[in-house]
Amino acid sequence: MDTNISFTLKVWRQKGPNEKGHFDTFEMKDIPGDTSFLEMLDILNEQLIEDGKEPFVFDHDCREGICGMCSLYINGHPHGPAQGATTCQLYMRRFHDGDVITVEPWRSAAFPVIRDCMVDRSAFDKIIAAGGYTSVRTGQAQDANAILIPKDAADEAMDCATCIGCGACVAACKNGSAMLFVSSKVSQLALLPQGRPEAAKRAKAMVMKMEELGFGNCTNTRACEAECPKNESIANIARLNREFIKAKLAD
Amino acid sequence: MWLINSPIGRKVVMSVTGICLILFLTFHCCMNVAAFFSASAYNTVCEFLGSNWYAVLGTLGLAFLAVCHIVYAFILTAQNRRARGDERYAVTDRRPEVSWASQNMLVLGLIILIGLFLHLYNFWGHMMFAELAGVSVAHDPADGFAWIQDTFANPVFSILYLVWLCAIWFHLSHGFWSAMQTLGFSGKIWLKRWQMIGIVYVTVLMGVFAFLILSFWLGFAPSYSSAL
Repeated sequence: MDTNISFTLKVWRQKGPNEKGHFDTFEMKDIPGDTSFLEMLDILNEQLIEDGKEPFVFDHDCREGICGMCSLYINGHPHGPAQGATTCQLYMRRFHDGDVITVEPWRSAAFPVIRDCMVDRSAFDKIIAAGGYTSVRTGQAQDANAILIPKDAADEAMDCATCIGCGACVAACKNGSAMLFVSSKVSQLALLPQGRPEAAKRAKAMVMKMEELGFGNCTNTRACEAECPKNESIANIARLNREFIKAKLAD
Repeated sequence: MWLINSPIGRKVVMSVTGICLILFLTFHCCMNVAAFFSASAYNTVCEFLGSNWYAVLGTLGLAFLAVCHIVYAFILTAQNRRARGDERYAVTDRRPEVSWASQNMLVLGLIILIGLFLHLYNFWGHMMFAELAGVSVAHDPADGFAWIQDTFANPVFSILYLVWLCAIWFHLSHGFWSAMQTLGFSGKIWLKRWQMIGIVYVTVLMGVFAFLILSFWLGFAPSYSSAL
């Protein structure tokens, strides 16, 4: 059986993108271990609303680890201490009685804070819009055997496609680089025959968009892969480098 | 120009210059091994290089590589700090998967740069530079072995050089595989191979340098007994 824990919660409060932020401290009492981190924040917000105070703002949506909306930097890790899991999949049993839990927003110049711990991640949408798709009309769904694809390539492409675009890689990176995200999105198409015709164009367009939006340069620290809730590998970054360098040399 | 205005291009410059500098270190190490066995063999190498046009050209090429590597390091660091934003995290924690060296490459690089100035003063200044500038120095500029004896007889220099080698070891323990990753010669399997190749290679290289320093400092190199 899980036990209930009491702990100190420090959360980042910031009224707007250009306002000065600060930490607010709350004492959380008797929180059951099987409460998810977001449910714990719901409990906090109910208290705040009852007391007539402003609730704490944070992003969340599906609460089952597939949408990529939740984005909290907890005790020095994007999505908290658990690996291979999003914030919504983090349970309070991971923490101990008397802990101090510090919650911060993703910190990156390309992800400005909207309010409290909610940040603007539309930069990722702009990178996808720059080329993260195939522009051919696909028509009806084809027979599975119409284009033969090796199982390894299909599996690898599927693994790359599990990236939910949450931005934990950027939040974890000391350089604020989005290479793990961009490389996963380039890889999921580059590995499949349908994505090959536009592969060079896509790699160039997405990388240059990333540069334009102010993300940093990758220095292979591997912090992104250690924090990715979907366990994307930096092998994807090597693949993107390969695609990009080949495309530039061919020009 | 993609080597300047794209993030991957800039890293390609870092990788290629870095790999070239590692190759130079290998060449440097091979020459120094000669000094362990025979003073005259080492001085033959010194005379062969001296201030001949090919050695000067090579030095200029090396200086160009080193300057590119250092200038790009500062540009990349400045861009990366800007990309991180003005507000820093209050709490940070490093996963064991993230090596310390990988996050401190600039600091390690600066230590290496300071060591490089010392090294240039100790040897290059007394050898190639003295010949080119026609400055008279304590020994014949081509008598490289005498400069080795002089420098490493001083325990302060010997210890500084050993510290310098440690900094280079840490820098390259990340730098080598990172260069391969940036150039795209990596994947799930080759990443581990490059890491292992890099560690073994750098350890052997730095180990040989450290052994040579100790042998000259403590005087157990065979070339010492024959020279005396």
